[in-house]
Amino acid sequence: MAVMTFREALNQAMFEEMQRDQRVIVLGEDVSGGAGGTSGERDAAGGIFGVTKGLILEFGEDRVIDTPISESAIMGAGAGAAAAGLRPVAELMFADFIGVCMDQVYNQAAKFRYMFGGKMQCPLVIRTAMGAGMNMGAQHSQTIYPILTSVPGLKVVIPSNPADAKGLLKTAIRDDDPVVFFEHKALYNRKGEVPDGDYTIPFGEADMPREGDDCTVVAIGRMVPFAEKAIDHLAESGITCDLIDPRTVSPLDTEMIFESLEHTGRLVVVDESPPRCSLASDIAGIVAAEAFGSLRAPIKMITAPHTPVPFARELERAYVPGPDRIAAGITEVTNV
Amino acid sequence: MTSLSTEQLLRAYERMKTIREFEERLNQEIQKGAIPGFTHLYAGQEAVAVGVCEHLGNEDYIASTHRGHGHCIAKGCDVIGMMKEIYGRHDGLCKGKGGSMHIADVDQGMLGANAIVGGGPPLAVGAAIATRLQGKGKVTASFTGDGGSNQGTVFEAMNLAVVLKLPTIFVYEDNGYSEHTGTSYAVGSDDIASRAAGFGMPAEKADGCDFFAVYETAGRAIKRARAGEGPSAVEFATTRFYGHFVGDPQNYRAKDEVARHRETMDCLKNFRARVTAEGWLSDEQLDEVDARVLALIDEAVEAAQASQPPGIEDILTDVYASY
Repeated sequence: MAVMTFREALNQAMFEEMQRDQRVIVLGEDVSGGAGGTSGERDAAGGIFGVTKGLILEFGEDRVIDTPISESAIMGAGAGAAAAGLRPVAELMFADFIGVCMDQVYNQAAKFRYMFGGKMQCPLVIRTAMGAGMNMGAQHSQTIYPILTSVPGLKVVIPSNPADAKGLLKTAIRDDDPVVFFEHKALYNRKGEVPDGDYTIPFGEADMPREGDDCTVVAIGRMVPFAEKAIDHLAESGITCDLIDPRTVSPLDTEMIFESLEHTGRLVVVDESPPRCSLASDIAGIVAAEAFGSLRAPIKMITAPHTPVPFARELERAYVPGPDRIAAGITEVTNV
Repeated sequence: MTSLSTEQLLRAYERMKTIREFEERLNQEIQKGAIPGFTHLYAGQEAVAVGVCEHLGNEDYIASTHRGHGHCIAKGCDVIGMMKEIYGRHDGLCKGKGGSMHIADVDQGMLGANAIVGGGPPLAVGAAIATRLQGKGKVTASFTGDGGSNQGTVFEAMNLAVVLKLPTIFVYEDNGYSEHTGTSYAVGSDDIASRAAGFGMPAEKADGCDFFAVYETAGRAIKRARAGEGPSAVEFATTRFYGHFVGDPQNYRAKDEVARHRETMDCLKNFRARVTAEGWLSDEQLDEVDARVLALIDEAVEAAQASQPPGIEDILTDVYASY
């Protein structure tokens, strides 16, 4: 085990996968940076958050491709290269930019296999940075994963810690389907132990970082460390919870949620997105439809408000569900 | 003079004729109500698809449009499998899940007809990244109509191709109409080629109703791409003999326009006139091809009619490669 950041774990996953498979390429805006600049430096950025740092020095510009700011072309080229035999990792600098390239993602890459009768593969990974917490305003801070999760043909991954980030990114690169891989910006510096050597984490298998008796908490992405904090705090007063980190939301490990609910009878879902058509409402809906008999209290959804992400520090802090709101939600359902 | 052998000339003619008869027959069958959905016919534009694709092999990729039957046939897709697909049959080229606007055959380097106007060029650019990295000396081509030429995706794809100096060509087919609106209205620049040239690539225009003009023009662009000299654009003026889709009343066209175009802009008539006048092929040779093609289309329609739709259980398969 080595301790490293979320960012380093992702970088290592790509480095190792590019080493083991010549078909893996990386493309996107500033994935190396420096092309056409006056300094002559070719690893000038390594991605806006430094996640692809160093890759061009090892693998060269044929496999680490800086692109113009053209998200449709990046996603479409990734899809076309995948259909023609490569395993591209296409970076969408901010998840919010999905709006300018959505067609290439949901009408093209996601549908090739079904529409063409199972004869085409599109092993494309779309890596993208998401989430609030860095005061980047309404167009650089969203957790837009519910929209992608709703698309048949896409797989959607949302890791919450460095070990999962590495193992899941490797699985994504080796998977034969298009995968959207969401990285929360506020997690890039999160440190954690990462297993040595080559390992992968299967899609559709949730993790349970806390176990308890009184409530099941399902949390997504950055909400996982916040929920851990809330749960650890409540444990001091005798309330204990199962904490489920789905890790992949498409496919979604509903089994673990159902099994936990049989034991606890209470569900809190924590999602950084606005509440309507969110993962919170999705998971609440699935549980209400398929595990209603396990419930001993109404389901509690803890989400952002139905607003764009605000800029001012105070407003953004109020927007993002934090440990206090999560603890209050758990207390509320366990009092029923 | 032509650089094409007798076999090549016959093959090109057979492919063009196959496209024409495929579409003419579809037009009839659709009006009988036998075929579900929207169908966009390529009749009139055959010289473009075939003139380009005669330079390409199985490992060269193309990306097509909603008006894609011609590109599929020109690229070597199985005609019977295509007909079954358009009928929505289980043994169609895409198992009945694609339909007219979504025919693909990756084994033939056909990345798909594409019902999103302007959807294809980024895919062909990506396939060019792949073929270059794979070192196969292969090229890719995207087909785009005059309507598609106005899409931002196409601009992004052209710029990216120039930046990365990719082995791809952009083929623009100006058939006079983007859906129900004329090119002279919807394309703001004088033409599409000069716009493409503005992205920093060579761009040429030629008569899309003359197979030989298309073949030579596309050949130069593809040769450059294969030699690693980067992308090019080619623009062909052509016409469609039918509406935007089968059933389109074409109120936007002058009453006699299609009849006039069938008289003066028919690439098959032009081809026959040229090859017989030059003595490259005889009428008998061409007539033989005609008979063979008609028999193939009959066989395709009969096979499609005799086949079965997919089983309802197939609705859930092939969403993912792994679940």
